[in-house]
Amino acid sequence: MSFSTIDFTLADGRDLVYLLVAIGFILALKGLSSPRGARRGNLIGAGAALVAIAMTFTDPAMRDHVAGVSHGLNLALMLIAMVLGTVIAVPAARKVKMTAMPQMVAIFNGVGGGAAALVSITEFLKFPHGSVAVYKIFEVIFGVVVGCVSFSGSAIAFAKLQELMTGRPVTYPGQQAINAFVGAAIAALVVATLVTASVPILVVVLVLGLVLGVIFVLPIGGADVPVLISLLNSFTGLAVAASGFTLGSNLLIVAGTLVGASGILLTRMMSKAMGRSLPNILFSAFGSVITAASVTGGDERPVKSGTPDDIGVLLAYARKVAIVPGYGLAVAQAQHVARELADTLAARGVEVYYAIHPVAGRMPGHMNVLLAEANVPYDQLKEMEQANPEMPTTDVALVVGANDTVNPAAKTTPGSPIYGMPIVNVDQAGAVIFLKRSMRPGFAGIDNELLYDPKTTMLFGDAKDSLQKLVSAVESA
Amino acid sequence: MTVGIIELLTIFALAAFVGNEVISKVPSVLHTPLMSGSNAIHGIVLVGTMVVLADAHGPAELILGFLAVLLASLNVVGGFVVTDRMLEMFKAKPDPRPARSEAQAPDAGAAGGSATTPGGPQP
Repeated sequence: MSFSTIDFTLADGRDLVYLLVAIGFILALKGLSSPRGARRGNLIGAGAALVAIAMTFTDPAMRDHVAGVSHGLNLALMLIAMVLGTVIAVPAARKVKMTAMPQMVAIFNGVGGGAAALVSITEFLKFPHGSVAVYKIFEVIFGVVVGCVSFSGSAIAFAKLQELMTGRPVTYPGQQAINAFVGAAIAALVVATLVTASVPILVVVLVLGLVLGVIFVLPIGGADVPVLISLLNSFTGLAVAASGFTLGSNLLIVAGTLVGASGILLTRMMSKAMGRSLPNILFSAFGSVITAASVTGGDERPVKSGTPDDIGVLLAYARKVAIVPGYGLAVAQAQHVARELADTLAARGVEVYYAIHPVAGRMPGHMNVLLAEANVPYDQLKEMEQANPEMPTTDVALVVGANDTVNPAAKTTPGSPIYGMPIVNVDQAGAVIFLKRSMRPGFAGIDNELLYDPKTTMLFGDAKDSLQKLVSAVESA
Repeated sequence: MTVGIIELLTIFALAAFVGNEVISKVPSVLHTPLMSGSNAIHGIVLVGTMVVLADAHGPAELILGFLAVLLASLNVVGGFVVTDRMLEMFKAKPDPRPARSEAQAPDAGAAGGSATTPGGPQP
């Protein structure tokens, strides 16, 4: 090493830029975890990624002579793939409805896992035969298996959220045995691949990885899928880190590991917000007790349903009204009308606040985002912890398309799948109004006793229509 | 591939700790945007897929490499765009405050007046 001459090569420059990119990603994550820095954090991340991609065109792999490689063809394919990816992703991401965000994230996560698995397996094809260290093979297998689990798991998560398949947990006889068998088969084949470095065996491992992703996600109930996506996101991070090991890329290792580690922490925070532990979400086949719970619920019990005018009067002459939004509000895009109703009530001197359950809707923070879009005054938004002490002094709780997040079974029925989840205590309010499309149970698939409570009034229909009718009713009351 | 496994493991271990430390207290409102943003960050696997495709030879490697670049592009581009869309909703936050102070100004008239007297006329 000589200190007198400057040995700064293009390779050093590229590595230095990659280091700055890695720092950019750390800053991006830091920004994303605080409300003020979130948007800037995301832009820093995007900018850093762009720099890294541009810099990669200077990689020796782009031009170093290798027998049988036509760099022109490869570069052309690369650009086509990148343009194609951008042309598909941008409109998809821009046009997706707010309600469909989580499944969009699931897709983008799944393809990332798939890409990481493909990197690992393609590098494996390039390995010189017979001279590969066992740990290099292990890195490849890790990338392939974890990437495949993330890919197929995300696909099933997407199908569940998009309602292409049932959101209920899918269970079948011998499920545990089958899972154990697939796990054991993968373990055995991993060892076989390590010993033989055989491509066909690795392909079988790949296929089993895809199977594992599917059977891992099937028994997880729809309401828990956002937490699952966060976990799969973390998996993809680890798969990317593994492909970073294979390629000897510091950047991929840092970026993948950052996501892997922070993703697991985030997953735990999310499950904590739902009042459940992560193993409970993953392995309890959430809702396998559903049938028992809903049988006791019975279908033919009377419910009280009211006209918009009745309910309008109730609201107009209340002192304090809590609006409790849920997924129904999001589906109906009713946030603006909800605000209109709140404003109309406030103009009559009614104290109105929104009680936000942290996991109402299909993703944590869903309601805050929707209500922010409708410019709801910030001081009217109350998180569940602030809202619950107010409930006993609240005259009317207006539940707009929420169900599981206000279901008292979470407090009273130890056998219930949502038992232990914190809820908004609307049952403590003077009267409860449910705006619902039907008596169908919520996402968790369990009956809500509160619907049959004498102090509950139902108003059936689309949340937006119902709210609109209530606005007119309050105005004429 | 001149980098030794120990160096890579060192980077891995340190990055794992950083990843754990960097997001300490995330308000639940930001859980989903953070998940989405970190999803975009692992899309940087695109850089790896580019290198893999660059010196791929033979149809198998070319096809796998092409698919890898395509999937990774979807991940990184879609990831950042969708996160930005989620976070766009937050930028509306500063708006209500000036809007409300205007509403409380004298010229706001009846609506502003009654809004500032909650619980007034009604029983």
